[in-house]
Amino acid sequence: MRELKRTCVVGAGSIGSLFAGHLGSVAESTVLVRRQEHADCLNTNGLRVSGKSSLQTPVLASTDPAELGDADLVIIATKTTAVEASAQRLEGHFQNATIMTVQNGLGCEEVVARYGDWPIISSVTFMSGKRHSDSHVEYELDTSTWLGPWVEGRASYPLARSIEDLINRSGLKAEAFPDLRPAQWSKLIFNAVVNSVAALSDLPHVEAYARQKELHDLGHLVHAAMDEGKRVAAARGVELHEDPWLMNVEATSHGQTGNEDYAHVPSMLEDIRARRLTEIDWITGSIVREAASAGVPAPINETLYRLVKAREASWNQRGS
Amino acid sequence: MKVCIIGCGAIGSLFAAHLGRLEDIEVWAYDPYEPHVNAINENGLRLTGLSDIVVPVLARSDAKLIPECNFGIIAAKTLHTRPAMEATAHIFRDGAVCSVQNGIGNEEIIAEYVPRVILGTTFPAGHVTAPGVVNHDTGGKTWISPFLPKPASMDEVNQLADALIRGGANIVPMQDARGALWTKLIFNAASNPMGALTRLPHGVACDQPGVRRVMRELVNEGKAIAAALDITLDSDPDALLDYGREKAYQHPPSMLTDVLNQRVTEIDALNGGIARLGEELGIPTPLNAAVTDIIKGLEYSWREDEWRNLKP
Repeated sequence: MRELKRTCVVGAGSIGSLFAGHLGSVAESTVLVRRQEHADCLNTNGLRVSGKSSLQTPVLASTDPAELGDADLVIIATKTTAVEASAQRLEGHFQNATIMTVQNGLGCEEVVARYGDWPIISSVTFMSGKRHSDSHVEYELDTSTWLGPWVEGRASYPLARSIEDLINRSGLKAEAFPDLRPAQWSKLIFNAVVNSVAALSDLPHVEAYARQKELHDLGHLVHAAMDEGKRVAAARGVELHEDPWLMNVEATSHGQTGNEDYAHVPSMLEDIRARRLTEIDWITGSIVREAASAGVPAPINETLYRLVKAREASWNQRGS
Repeated sequence: MKVCIIGCGAIGSLFAAHLGRLEDIEVWAYDPYEPHVNAINENGLRLTGLSDIVVPVLARSDAKLIPECNFGIIAAKTLHTRPAMEATAHIFRDGAVCSVQNGIGNEEIIAEYVPRVILGTTFPAGHVTAPGVVNHDTGGKTWISPFLPKPASMDEVNQLADALIRGGANIVPMQDARGALWTKLIFNAASNPMGALTRLPHGVACDQPGVRRVMRELVNEGKAIAAALDITLDSDPDALLDYGREKAYQHPPSMLTDVLNQRVTEIDALNGGIARLGEELGIPTPLNAAVTDIIKGLEYSWREDEWRNLKP
């Protein structure tokens, strides 16, 4: 098993901060950020993790990768919309590192591979956190991160196992798969529908998403759209790890935290409310593109995709 | 002849104003909004814009104060069809009521309350600018015909059409006006939810990548239902979408206005009606169903106390 002594997390949002804050207890944890005051704050205060973990970790932070030294593992934890810019900054650095992407959707690995010959690990994470400040993150959902070698790259399964081991020892949860696609696609199909429907309806992910009693209950739409995604996965030769519809039923039956009053606001709805560009191109857009190249119709996903794109465009309209 | 307008908002007022010009017609109006009713009774109903007239209308917010009438013209929002008919049914014990509302399903509800029903669809538009004052924005035709299975006679349809035409309206009485109704229905079912979900005026929405194609698919599903019902559309709704893009590029569809004001929309009578018939007839209408579900999800998002499981 390969020893991973030094890590670098790129992007210290809530997911990035959770990784950096935990990894500091089992490795030398460094962080590459965009803002100088963010780096200064982390270098002065370290990272505090509250909630499901209680940690205070020193980290080395910088806006310049050259100042961070080498790393065995680099985790890119920015939004999909910032992956290209992050990968550009990594070009020529961290020559001995393995790079792990944790973004939603498909396609980030290809982007990273354009900027260096690193072994690449794909991952999807189900954990969640809430960022309280530049140096304080709350660990909310302590669910797993699934990872595996990117199928088109040169990372091996044993390497994925080393990373799984490191993350588990750090106090987070991880599970390595020889082929991540079944898990990645399960989450992709789930997110493609739940995120875009939430973005358009302004409704957090609540029980209505699984309700199918009356003719026009939202569950019908969610179910039909996920069935499209499942047909696309099948046409691409991917056998799903979990049924996205059952993931939806499970997540909304008791709230993801087991709290009856909990109403999860999917990230795409947060983005829409804040008028930030969403990850729609990487998530629902992936389903639409994969459907087109597989020759499988996905009209509902395409409608959701087009509507969210047009909604983003509405922010540039006079009087809207 | 006595005619009662049921729901005297923008569209209802346009009809009231046409009839109010005629000496041989007594025009009543039922509307629950008291400031509007009071203004009409004090100053008459005033139209501005394309029309510039003031006519006498007997407006009441209590339907019990309205005498029996020969005709009713209902222009209430589809959502209010049932309560409006419950309130006014006694006025039409031996009368015929004509719907000039959006979408489908209104005539069926009206037929539960009155002996004879006239189906209708109307294109003119206006908006209320102040109590008692309505701006006449655009003109257009209104098609009316007996509604099956509870029809008014063709004589009655012609009689109502004749009065409205004498009052200056552009009315087309027909044996079967469902073609016009479905043309407008399919047009509205493509333009309204797309505007409401993208938050864009009609023309701008049309010009976003892929959106026009989704509209066309919504139209195609509607056309398939119309064909199965043996209804011949009187023009192509898809061409109307392009026409609307030309003529009303910056016009916000009414459903967009509803959504921005958190008012329950007419989705049930538009896409919801098409999807319901699709289900009954076994014809696939996946996109009309999808759009209905999202808009209903959006309406549900406004009722946070329900989805948060909070007890009052």
